[in-house]
Amino acid sequence: MSTNNKPHYDVIIIGGGSVGTPTALSLQQAGYKTLVIDQFASIGQGSNKKAIGGIRATHSDPAKIRLSLRSIEIFSTWKELYGDDIEWYKGGYVFVARREQEENTLKKLLVTQKSFGLNIDWLDKHEMLEVVPDLNPVDLRGGTFSPDDGNASPLLAIHAFYRQARARGAEFRFNEKVSGVIVENGQVKGVRTDKGSYSADVVINAAGPWADDVGKMVGIEVPVYPDSHESAITEPVARFLDPMIVDIRPMPGSSNYYFYQHYTGQIVFCITPSPQIWGKDDRETSTFLPMVARRMVDLMPRLKNIRVRRTWRGLYPMTPDGFPLVGWSQEVDGYLLAVGMCGQGYMLGPGLGELITRLVDNSITQDDEETLSYLSPYRQFAGQELLK
Amino acid sequence: MPEYRINKHPILAIPDRKKVTFFWQGTPITACEGETIASALFANGIRVFGHHHKDGSPQGIFCANGQCAQCLVIADTMPVKSCMELVREGARVEPANGLPVLPHVPEAPRMGEIEQLQVPVLIIGGGPAGMSAAIELGKLGIGVLLIDDKHRLGGKLVLQTHRFFGSTQAVYAGTRGIDIATRLENEVRGHASVEIWLQSTALAVFSDQKVGVLKNGGQYVLIQPQVLLVAAGAREKSLAFKGNTLPGVYGAGAFQTLVNRDLVRPSEKLFIVGGGNVGLIAGYHALQAGIGVVGLVEALPECGGYKVHKDKLARMGVPIYTSHTILSANGDDEVESVTIAQVNEKFQPIPGTEKSFACDTILIAVGLDPVDEFTHKAKEFGLPAFAAGDAEEIAEASAAMFSGKIKGVEIARHLGADIPDVPEDWYRTGEILKSKPGNNFEEIFPEVPSGVTPVLHCTQEIPCNPCSELCYLHLIQISHEDIRQVPTFTGGDTSCKGCKRCVIGCPGLAITLVDYRKDPENPLVYIPYEFTREALGERETVAVLDTQGKELGVLEVLAIQTMAKNDRTLLVQVRAPRAYAHQIAGLRIQESPIITPLEQYVDHVEDDTIICRCERVSAGEIRSLIRQGYRDINEIKAVSRAGMGACGSKTCNTLIYRLFREAGIPANEVIDNTRRPMFMEVPLGVFAAAEGIEE
Repeated sequence: MSTNNKPHYDVIIIGGGSVGTPTALSLQQAGYKTLVIDQFASIGQGSNKKAIGGIRATHSDPAKIRLSLRSIEIFSTWKELYGDDIEWYKGGYVFVARREQEENTLKKLLVTQKSFGLNIDWLDKHEMLEVVPDLNPVDLRGGTFSPDDGNASPLLAIHAFYRQARARGAEFRFNEKVSGVIVENGQVKGVRTDKGSYSADVVINAAGPWADDVGKMVGIEVPVYPDSHESAITEPVARFLDPMIVDIRPMPGSSNYYFYQHYTGQIVFCITPSPQIWGKDDRETSTFLPMVARRMVDLMPRLKNIRVRRTWRGLYPMTPDGFPLVGWSQEVDGYLLAVGMCGQGYMLGPGLGELITRLVDNSITQDDEETLSYLSPYRQFAGQELLK
Repeated sequence: MPEYRINKHPILAIPDRKKVTFFWQGTPITACEGETIASALFANGIRVFGHHHKDGSPQGIFCANGQCAQCLVIADTMPVKSCMELVREGARVEPANGLPVLPHVPEAPRMGEIEQLQVPVLIIGGGPAGMSAAIELGKLGIGVLLIDDKHRLGGKLVLQTHRFFGSTQAVYAGTRGIDIATRLENEVRGHASVEIWLQSTALAVFSDQKVGVLKNGGQYVLIQPQVLLVAAGAREKSLAFKGNTLPGVYGAGAFQTLVNRDLVRPSEKLFIVGGGNVGLIAGYHALQAGIGVVGLVEALPECGGYKVHKDKLARMGVPIYTSHTILSANGDDEVESVTIAQVNEKFQPIPGTEKSFACDTILIAVGLDPVDEFTHKAKEFGLPAFAAGDAEEIAEASAAMFSGKIKGVEIARHLGADIPDVPEDWYRTGEILKSKPGNNFEEIFPEVPSGVTPVLHCTQEIPCNPCSELCYLHLIQISHEDIRQVPTFTGGDTSCKGCKRCVIGCPGLAITLVDYRKDPENPLVYIPYEFTREALGERETVAVLDTQGKELGVLEVLAIQTMAKNDRTLLVQVRAPRAYAHQIAGLRIQESPIITPLEQYVDHVEDDTIICRCERVSAGEIRSLIRQGYRDINEIKAVSRAGMGACGSKTCNTLIYRLFREAGIPANEVIDNTRRPMFMEVPLGVFAAAEGIEE
């Protein structure tokens, strides 16, 4: 089949999710004719809608810190710039410590975080109770507080990106499954789907938990292995909680869990099972609510009476070291990876979309180079991220 | 404050209940012990329970079933669903205006382990279908856990004061629903292998094949059944029209709960939307409770319910507006009037035909949807699952009983019980009981010059046969093979002895008796009557009507008779001219003033047609999304929040499909909403087995 009579795009993005959608907007804004192809019926129906909405820059490495700082700028100024309300709320993040062990971990991390210029501080028990009065004071030692972090609606945000991308000419094809990536002489030429073929100079793998499948289409192994986490949302109540609360203390059956009060007044929460549950099974389980409920009620007794409305289970596309995989393929020219977000695709997406545009544009900065060195798909996967 | 309670009822006993006092916005309110806050408020004339946090719209009762959160109030600082929460002496109840404040909890409660349980069969729903299945399984000694979310077994049977249709042999036809509930309950409780949990709600079926159940309103239990039977009944469909969420607009099921369970008189003037059996029966129940029924609209040219139900309502003085639709519910904070109009063959309102009526309540009875989410999830997750009754297919309660019985045997077979297959004729009976009304025939009047004869004002094929069973002389014939046949009287002018058993036993009140023996020119006519004696008041005369509700004359009431074994149906005796004595089918119960339209119709201009009542999403918003090309209901939900509320899209999903249909988009082009647990909102502490949960 010749590539000449297929519709041509500068860039094709596989996956209309938390990464692919803001990336499409950014590329289209830079003048690249972009097509997004997604297997689901509408935008963000894979993992984006499963995200709970937390957005923080308080990571532990310059790459994610830099990307998230830019994302926060985009989220927090979106309404001013574009008009639509994505329910951004600058409530901050709190990591609590109730044992010496977590206190030490967080304080150690604080030094690194401050060295990157993040607005984050240690609050002792008394100060912490002023910021979050409903925390259980028993055993509370304090914790970190980063007031510039926040949250926004993943559903509304992705639709906002989608609308703007389309308004600028980006095209989206839904209900369409990519079946192959066309490569000629080591150079990407386009994409084949169950409905047709499209030619392109650049193909971006932004397929989230399906990244490895899309990698295999050009013969490369993408070390992305999804595990699953369950989440839930409650009825809305009057605001009583500002920051996202994260408890990193491991307990039997789970490692960390976190919750916040969304703009609408609802509490949204999520837990990381331990050991992790690998695979793409995203059907609700009976173990989740009993596991998370006792931890939350113990940490914040006031949550005892809030009614749980809905639960769901989503996939975290994990990598061996907990860092995303972003960069050009060394095997196939024009094939770009933007995968392995390890559950942070929503908060990294907008910043990452701009970085990818600079990659496509060949206009990366020195900062970008440092960022990309952390995220290189060809790095040695040594060690684990300190703060997940 | 005036009390809106039912103190006299022709069918229901009025128990003597202890009074308790609680406070509504600081004012003391008298309530009956054991009733819900919602019913107590209604009994005191309070119908607006709060205002929505999103747009300040007034909120009142809607499902009366714990499924939505429209009736939220704040009781002793705790936000609660007033339709589920019982009144407590001295409680301080406030309206939920805006978002409720989550109460403070001084310290972490003690928490326990979640109980896990394995059972051979779990049945969700202790109504006609669930109890009938449990009885079959109980007979075989198979272990059953039967759960029901209410305080007593019976499901919707406990709201049905009328005699049931169906087959006398198969399903207790001729007996009142409330009494069938008691019989089934006694029978099911007689089986040692059946365990019953009341006030216990199924919340979710999980992929590990466990069913999460809220036991006794406060304890979370995970149950692993070998087989699940979903007999959870149906939920009422909603309807999109202007003002459709005003307090005072609610479902017929909610109405029957208030009236027949809680003995509250929630309305003075009622208007009904929908001419199926549910709407027709609700109208009858209203009249029995002393509530005026202003009218009933049905969009189709004929009512879909049984003709005998429609006739009964019509001849009691309720106007039935077929080929009409509701345009709007009107009022500031609650319903004050309704506007209707005639529709053309495309169901579009015809300008110039608008009429308004003063009313305080509008019942929506436009059909039912099966509660099928548990069945779907169980099947998806590989848990063997059956459905019975309305949860499988919407039909009459008689059909639900029989389908439960069949499913009980099927489940026993599935579990390896050494019993024969379900007999073929059971399936046939099941199908007959489920059938919709068939042909309607001309009414045939017997030519009886001198004797005594029953007149069967029953001309439509429906599955019902008590009359043929009640005639001890076997003069009324209905085929045993197919009870849908119209009954025929086969006696001559001397064969009927005038025992009147058929008159008082016909569920449709469609048999009268004409006795020519004493005075052939002015025979005595006996008319079945299910109202209080007081409803005829001190009146010495009454208007008698034919089957269609046309007035034949005004006659003197000679007597109101009670018969032995009458089961609360009375007989009104009149003497009528020979010319029309046989045409008399009923009496006018309701006098005309309340059925008169307002002089000018109320033109409701505000476009406040709500599709998602939990999140206040209007029809206009969703129509606009459909026009923009949205086809995935998940996406409509993502951008509009329709379906994200407390009820979990149970109310709006079918309305959204309707809007698609209106826009000419076939259902197969629409991507359905992903359904997720929980079935009902439950406090987080319940999942931690925390002490002191307020629910």
